[in-house]
Amino acid sequence: MPETSSSPEITPEVVRHLSGLAKIQLDESEIAQLTADLGQIVSNIAKVSEVATADIPATSHPIPLANVSRPDVVGDNVLTAEQALSGAPEQHDNLFVVSAILGEEQ
Amino acid sequence: MTHELIKLSAADLSAKLASGEVSAVEATEAHLERIAAVDPQVHAFLHVNEQALAVAAQIDQQRAAGDELGPLAGVPLAIKDVLVTTDMPSTSGSKILEGWMSPYDATVVARSRAAGLVPLGKTNMDEFAMGSSTEHSAYGPTHNPWDLDRIPGGSGGGSAAAVAAFEAPLALGSDTGGSIRQPAHVTGTVGVKPTYGAVSRYGAIALASSLDQVGPCSRSVLDAGLLQDVIAGHDRHDSTSLTDAWPSMAAAARAGATGEVLKGLRVGVVKQLQGEGFQAGVAERFNESIALMQAQGAEIVEIDAPHFEYAVAAYYLILPAEASSNLAKFDSVRFGLRVTPEGGGTVDQVMAATREAGFGPEVKRRIILGTYALSAGYYDAYYGSAQKVRTLIQRDFAQAFDRVDVIASPSAPTTAFKFGEKIDDPMAMYLNDITTIPANLAGIPGISIPNGLAREDSLPVGIQFMAPARADARLYTVGAALEALHEDQWGGPLWTKAPDLLTGQAGLAGFAARAAGKDAN
Amino acid sequence: MAKAKLMDYDKALELFEPVLGFEVHVELNTATKMFSAAPNNFGAAPNTNLTPVCLGLPGSLPVVNEQAVRYSISLGLALGCSIAESSRFARKNYFYPDMAKNYQISQFDEPIAYEGSVEIELASGRVVHVPIERAHMEEDAGKLTHMGGSTGRIQGAEYSMVDYNRAGVPLVEIVTKVIIGAEHDAPEIGRQYVSIIRDMVVALGISDAKMERGNLRCDANISLRPRGQEKLGTRTETKNVNSLRSVERAVRYEIQRQAYILAEGGTITQETRHWHEDTGETSAGRPKSDADDYRYFPEPDLLPVQPAAELIEELRATLPEHPTLRYRRLKGEWGFTDLEFQDIQNSGLLTEVSATVAAGASPQAARKWWTGEIARVANVQGVDATTLVSSENVAALAKLVDAGTLTDKLARQVLEGVIAGEGTPQEVVDARGLAVVSDDGALIAAIDEALAAQPDVLEKIRDGKVQAAGAVIGAVMKAMRGQADAARVRELVLERANA
Repeated sequence: MPETSSSPEITPEVVRHLSGLAKIQLDESEIAQLTADLGQIVSNIAKVSEVATADIPATSHPIPLANVSRPDVVGDNVLTAEQALSGAPEQHDNLFVVSAILGEEQ
Repeated sequence: MTHELIKLSAADLSAKLASGEVSAVEATEAHLERIAAVDPQVHAFLHVNEQALAVAAQIDQQRAAGDELGPLAGVPLAIKDVLVTTDMPSTSGSKILEGWMSPYDATVVARSRAAGLVPLGKTNMDEFAMGSSTEHSAYGPTHNPWDLDRIPGGSGGGSAAAVAAFEAPLALGSDTGGSIRQPAHVTGTVGVKPTYGAVSRYGAIALASSLDQVGPCSRSVLDAGLLQDVIAGHDRHDSTSLTDAWPSMAAAARAGATGEVLKGLRVGVVKQLQGEGFQAGVAERFNESIALMQAQGAEIVEIDAPHFEYAVAAYYLILPAEASSNLAKFDSVRFGLRVTPEGGGTVDQVMAATREAGFGPEVKRRIILGTYALSAGYYDAYYGSAQKVRTLIQRDFAQAFDRVDVIASPSAPTTAFKFGEKIDDPMAMYLNDITTIPANLAGIPGISIPNGLAREDSLPVGIQFMAPARADARLYTVGAALEALHEDQWGGPLWTKAPDLLTGQAGLAGFAARAAGKDAN
Repeated sequence: MAKAKLMDYDKALELFEPVLGFEVHVELNTATKMFSAAPNNFGAAPNTNLTPVCLGLPGSLPVVNEQAVRYSISLGLALGCSIAESSRFARKNYFYPDMAKNYQISQFDEPIAYEGSVEIELASGRVVHVPIERAHMEEDAGKLTHMGGSTGRIQGAEYSMVDYNRAGVPLVEIVTKVIIGAEHDAPEIGRQYVSIIRDMVVALGISDAKMERGNLRCDANISLRPRGQEKLGTRTETKNVNSLRSVERAVRYEIQRQAYILAEGGTITQETRHWHEDTGETSAGRPKSDADDYRYFPEPDLLPVQPAAELIEELRATLPEHPTLRYRRLKGEWGFTDLEFQDIQNSGLLTEVSATVAAGASPQAARKWWTGEIARVANVQGVDATTLVSSENVAALAKLVDAGTLTDKLARQVLEGVIAGEGTPQEVVDARGLAVVSDDGALIAAIDEALAAQPDVLEKIRDGKVQAAGAVIGAVMKAMRGQADAARVRELVLERANA
């Protein structure tokens, strides 16, 4: 059953940092709420490390498969520019338009 | 006539369609009328397909022309809003995708169309399939047809409620940690999570890629099998799609209903999936069904799965981690909502404002949690460890399936809870998934079938069976066998005991009517 | 932006030891993209080379292009790498509007190829082994155009526009280990390394390798450490150095810039820097920080790549010869002197010379054009010679000279027309009317006219003063606007005198 204690790792600063990485703006009340929620959740789920010893391999896919690929041939699901842009909030001359980018080319 | 049509199983309806006794238009009209009559209370649908009758008319024309049609041609189908469709909006229950039209169909939708199923509409769900109650839908919750004050389960509460309320004979769902099976449990319906990779995920808006699986919702095991036969099979657009040649699930269900398949069947009962935390009525009906199967010659074996106690923890690390990445694409650039801060802003600020406004609290909670689990310095302790737990749970299952043919458990620990009961306690909500999560972590198939009504609240409960990966057919056989025994015992399917949504009269079980005037929308 | 102060290069090398590292991105020329069956071709109309996968539409899923995997293995083998028994994809998570999913599918802890070495030979004859850490598969991003503001650059732009056609184009990223001991040769090593990668992928046929189109992109990591110090200095990463010439210049520039700062007692900031081709400088970009938390995790939508040993051996057997060996062979086949061949190598134009010879030009003509006139024009214009003209057109030009249709002088004019985009050499000849007049009738008419003006010339020739013909030849050439073969004119004048 859920423990009520909170994880000391989760502070408002941590939540603020995470919201930056996740690109979700949060107000102070949301940060406070998430700090509390995450603290409780993390204290409950951190126990995975109890049994995850070094000798146990990680499973990233439930059904092991390998070498799944496709031939290098153009498919039948190519979109027209009109289809590609059909959901765009803003567009111009078949290009997607976004606000000014503050920062650098990646 | 209408009343009869909506209560027919998909199998019976398809027989009438094939014989010409009923037209696809009549069947579709009957369900659209039912939706118009009860959906204001139930709110199973986010969108009703305006083209449904036209599609049905086309099927009738094809049949009249002597075209070869699939067994489910002309049968109406409800589609969970997580699946993208070209002719109806696809929102995944989120404001961030409000009104979004996909330029392509999900593979399962395309296959359903090709098989002649008639899409009735898109069903409600917790936002991006995050939840167990539909209370996290951005468009308001779905109500449980058995008691409109209670949750229909989640995330696929809309699909389960649509089937339970006779708004559709069949529905498509998706199951990441129980989103098909838990709603089936609380609505007295059937839900199947196939083996991971049995059904294509292409066009299913991803929650957690390594856990998501699309599957059928219905009122009978045979109906679910008929729908899985339509949607399953390899899809080159999904790398994780299995290339196996699948036996007919419908045939497996028919074999189960008629044969003596329980004789000698080894049924495992997991020590860790009973006892504390399980409602008395849930446990009671489960034990009765196990006894019933034993009486039919099944061998009951107790199974120890020591790592199941870590399953919920591992799941709530893997799911948020994958979801935090999968949901990054909702950024206001190519599709969906855009919110520009007052006075404009950089693209960064627009993205952050859009995601703030477009995502609900549960989605934000899980994205932030997943971002944390993957972030530098924590990966090994959290995400890495969770993946090791996944290995341990697979080993628990492998050892169990050395000794048994199927594993049985209650489908969920409790009956449907009331709206608002757990909404402020995310961890309590998460622990609700203890019975269904292990199958997703291991990639194995699971089915939930009606298991009667709990004594204390007269609400439906389900029983879950799990089988080794790729042994989906076994679940249909065993599920159909128990279903047949139940129906003998109950004098018909469980749904005959459900309250009448139109008159507010209780079903045959005689519990209090609950319906009047409770629609929150 | 204040101009950075630079230390004299030789002085910098006296005080510091340069340590290099390179990340080269190679765009593969597969028919379709890395994870989607959308066409992979350059120059298509905006946002037309897309499937739901390239746009990251909800519900879309990636599927690996098997040809891209084969190409990557071949490149790994050519780099002398081991091919991983099991390799997998990972998601690199960061938000940027040219990245449709806001994560890039790349490889992290299990790249397809690892631990290799590339041998390069410098002009001095010095042989350097560049150690390769890894080569991994990933996908390219879309293209941003910045609008508003004055420069068309990102700074000051009011909004940006995105074309996702390039999103998902297959890339192989080749990462070197730190290169120690480069010393004075550091800039040349940079240039020669990128040049050899370019020759390698062209020989493999796996990339168009046009640097000006971004088919081949180089990031140069440079740090300095004081002489005698063990510990490596702080490095900068100069991004998008997109021509061979720029690689050399950027390495030299960073060495001089960092040396000045360090000698003044300053510190180097770990940061990305941008190379500006026009000014020949780098400018500070984003500092490396913990914001670069890419949250890599195994891509759940894709499965491991486990190439069969037979496939690896099959690809190994079809590898083209190592560029350095190939250089030695070509030198022999073409009959070049050491100097002539070095001339080509130094210019980084071996691929072009080779292609020009393959297209029918003689080796000497191909060398002469590329390292001569074309290189000269490139230098004047400050661009890469490879961007100016195709090998096919150079071969066609050489053939026109061989056939006597053009004189060298005329051929230079034709080249100018080809560079200006007027068409193939033949088209320029036709359009400008530049061919040598080979019609004797026209020449004789011009000779007659010249002789009429200088009636004493024939006498002088008959008297044995053959050099007197020069005045007539000059007049004829002038009348023909240079489009005559002077030797033929001379022959005709002498015939006339002796008739």
